[in-house]
Amino acid sequence: MTPPATPTQTAQAPALLEGVPGIVADWSSDQRSFKNVPWGKAMMWIFLLSDTFIFSSFLISYMTVRMSTTEPWPNPSEVFALTIFGKHIPLILIAIMTFVLISSSGTMAMAVKFGYEKNRRMTFILLLITAALGATFVGMQAFEWTKLIEDGVRPWGNPMGAAQFGASFFMITGFHGTHVSIGVIFLLIVAAKVIRGDLDNERPGFLTGRKGKYEIVEIMGLYWHFVDLVWVFIFAVFYLW
Amino acid sequence: MAHVEGQQHPIGIYLKIWGLLFVLSAASYMVDYLHIQGYLRWFLIIVFMLLKAGLIVAVFMHMMWERLALMYAILVPTLLLMVLVGIGALEADYTFFTRGVFFVKQLL
Repeated sequence: MTPPATPTQTAQAPALLEGVPGIVADWSSDQRSFKNVPWGKAMMWIFLLSDTFIFSSFLISYMTVRMSTTEPWPNPSEVFALTIFGKHIPLILIAIMTFVLISSSGTMAMAVKFGYEKNRRMTFILLLITAALGATFVGMQAFEWTKLIEDGVRPWGNPMGAAQFGASFFMITGFHGTHVSIGVIFLLIVAAKVIRGDLDNERPGFLTGRKGKYEIVEIMGLYWHFVDLVWVFIFAVFYLW
Repeated sequence: MAHVEGQQHPIGIYLKIWGLLFVLSAASYMVDYLHIQGYLRWFLIIVFMLLKAGLIVAVFMHMMWERLALMYAILVPTLLLMVLVGIGALEADYTFFTRGVFFVKQLL
């Protein structure tokens, strides 16, 4: 019995075609279609594609209710304004949240890089910074929700204008915030695995029993960057419209 | 290289993209801060949004280094969403119109 082919053995396989012939060859090879990619990573991409459709459904429904309402939509620039040191700054809270999330994406990208270099310590530190920034983001979102609820915003109405504002806001940011919270937990689990040496020692996972590998840091990274990606769209169409 | 599977890229590219994302975010915030309105506002918001999304997917998520088979499998289906945006916009216009008609009748 020969052992089944592992992904690392494809290095010795014949050279892969590039361009459109490459797509045809990959998909018609009667083998896995995604060459040079661990299956966990391909599956994460497919999950993210499905998640894209979920978030798009929310954002498109929001667009539809906002375009069809005859009442004026509350001005996000004013609703999310804060008074800091006696100065009234529009939308500042959301701007800070955006910078926090982008920074966490930057540290995540570097964690993946150090992971593949097998630099255990740097990977661990960067993952922890990413988790801390993510938790900061969720905290600011909790503050934002509290402020809006105190201002009388409810899913069925609000004092500022169109009733659909609350439903759209709580649904979209709530779903995104849930993703960030799950991401923070996911980050802490991966960070613990990294510092414990599970990935260097190929220790079997607690749930799946799969060997620990540094590719899980990249797979985790895909999820985290996606959360940032969704925020880019929410920031543009919900807060800046 | 021991691992063909892993994505190995110099750290500089991540730092540059990070900086670029900061600049683009600041720029889209300035659109609101400077009260730019009308079509220019829409144009700038959409351009900054797509640039940021593109940079995140291409570099941070390593899509530009993946094989076309994966790239097309993930990116092409998202284009279908444009159809959904179109349907949503048409439907919203019609709802807005009928609401207008209904509410005007109530006033008369």
